[in-house]
Amino acid sequence: MKLLEYEAKEIAKKYGIPIPQGILIERPEQVNEAIEELGLPVVLKAQVPVAGRGKAGGVKLAKDPDEALEKAEQLFSMEIKGYPVLSVLVEKAENIKRELYLSFTIDRANRRIIMLASGEGGMEIEELAKEKPEAIIKLPIEPEIGLKAHEAREVGKKIGLSGNDLRQFEHIAKSMYKIFIDYDAELVESNPLAITDRGLVALDFRMIVDDNAIFRHPELEAARERELTETEKVAIRYGFFYVELDGDIGIIGNGAGLTMATMDVVNYYGGKPPNFLDIGVGARRDRVKAAVRLLLRNPRVKVIFVNIFGGITLASEVALGIVEALKETEIKKPIVARIVGTAEEEGKKILQEAGIPLFESMDEAAKEAVRIAKEVAA
Amino acid sequence: MVVLVDENTKVVVQGITGRYGKFHAEKMMKYGTKILAGVTPGKGGQEVLGVPVFDTVKEAKEKFPEINTSIIFVPAAGAADAIIEAVDAGLELIVVITEGIPVHDSLKAIRYARNKGSVVVGPNCPGVITPGKAKVGIMPEKYFTPGPVGIVSRSGTLTYEIAYQLTKRGIGQTTAIGIGGDPIIGLDTVEAVKLMDQDPETQVIVVIGEIGGDAEERLAAAIKRGEIRKPVVAYVAGRTAPPGKRMGHAGAIISMGAGTAESKVRAFREAGVPVADIPSQVPDLVEQVLKK
Repeated sequence: MKLLEYEAKEIAKKYGIPIPQGILIERPEQVNEAIEELGLPVVLKAQVPVAGRGKAGGVKLAKDPDEALEKAEQLFSMEIKGYPVLSVLVEKAENIKRELYLSFTIDRANRRIIMLASGEGGMEIEELAKEKPEAIIKLPIEPEIGLKAHEAREVGKKIGLSGNDLRQFEHIAKSMYKIFIDYDAELVESNPLAITDRGLVALDFRMIVDDNAIFRHPELEAARERELTETEKVAIRYGFFYVELDGDIGIIGNGAGLTMATMDVVNYYGGKPPNFLDIGVGARRDRVKAAVRLLLRNPRVKVIFVNIFGGITLASEVALGIVEALKETEIKKPIVARIVGTAEEEGKKILQEAGIPLFESMDEAAKEAVRIAKEVAA
Repeated sequence: MVVLVDENTKVVVQGITGRYGKFHAEKMMKYGTKILAGVTPGKGGQEVLGVPVFDTVKEAKEKFPEINTSIIFVPAAGAADAIIEAVDAGLELIVVITEGIPVHDSLKAIRYARNKGSVVVGPNCPGVITPGKAKVGIMPEKYFTPGPVGIVSRSGTLTYEIAYQLTKRGIGQTTAIGIGGDPIIGLDTVEAVKLMDQDPETQVIVVIGEIGGDAEERLAAAIKRGEIRKPVVAYVAGRTAPPGKRMGHAGAIISMGAGTAESKVRAFREAGVPVADIPSQVPDLVEQVLKK
């Protein structure tokens, strides 16, 4: 779950990391009050939970009040990678001498936490990683000891810091590592971490917190809700996983791997799914019913393809869920099903009686779904 | 010989009194897996499915010194503690079915297990099955049959699908290992494939990957270096899945462009590994390799 910049910065501040003075606004005209308090020039930053905000035009500098209002209005009318801008962080512009990069994340392959630092921070950091990997210093961290002060300092020297900047870098790195541990983070990142007139300042600060650890951080629940579309919220309520896409063949599968494979098969035969819908492990009829209704109501969906491999999930429960959803909704759409596994015979019987075409292989079912989608479209 | 589990596997079930743990303990027993004991804190002295329940894994191990394997069904918040407990009792293999374990917990517990020499499979995995001999997991067993193919998979239901398609074609399996879908897992793709490579009965290894992480790329590199002798056939799920809505750059910097289906498929092809476009092509590719 991604925190917004201002939320992450509140945490940074609590841990003693220098950040620019800033005020969050929720309407463009509030920018004037912010300027009165902060002074000019200011930086206006759209609060959206995505990377690449700067490149997408979500960060703007303003030198006078008119320009600030105009740019605030622009930002509030924007949508960045699917997220409408609902709030803007107004910050006092800092005098930047140099931009650094510093982050902590999990190195999956080596099963450990790793610190990444570079003397060349800024928007092009991923390009830098590809073209000049030696410019990014990687420091693996021993979990029993945590970030070692002297190693943080050594990294600081490697990226060209000395004197007070070096001492401050060590302090910021230690604070970021502490945040990483305390908040069950998957990422804590400052890009850029700038050298300014008043020393090192985290101009940007981002955090991703592990969704599985939310039970230890109930205060962050609201942040998770915000990342979801309305339909995705319905999905969470019923306990399935749902991602919206473009396309017209609605797919319901069980298990992420099988659902992704079902999408691959539909694509292979020339179709296009409008969603990823995984009913998860051991789904009962209510969950299946909610899933089918969701796809029936989606105007893009022309045909629904249900592909279930029952292990813990009972095919009969899935079949009952489908049939009940069809009975209770006015909207009629063709359904193609392929059901294998636990309680397979019973499930097939229920679907046959409801007149739903059944297929033995997912390939045959996918071909039929593609054929129907083309027929309905024509 | 077979991989990880066989008729000599002696199991303790951690979380045996829960609905889920009990259900699967019974199915494993019916399959012939030797389950000697269960553990549920506070329920020591009870009996479930005819086996004694203990408060700690250590007590179970004292009573039955032949126990060498644990399967964990403990809820997410306590699962890391359960792993550490199994490690301290000296168990060789720990299969973790539980999903939703916080990644920081997995990091600690799995690192601890590796330092002490226990093999962890999972978390968030379907377990391990050696068809006809033993099942330490939750997979629907009837789709698995004995034969020459080893399966290593990051997915659950997709493993069943591919085993089913192989079995329908008359191609059985030595062992299928579901290594789990979490960012931090114990036995990883490369390690699991190396176990299969050393198994004299396994003739072909089927690797079922999916988008995210760089496990498939690392396997392809190991194959290129000649570390794996046996033929490998792969399928990567998620070629048409949406790119994750992500934030921050650190993940991309670490994986250096790995993680996409294209990257994985390209890495496999460059290592000479045939890659199926869709699951139904896997049996064809396996048959071609077996004929050679």
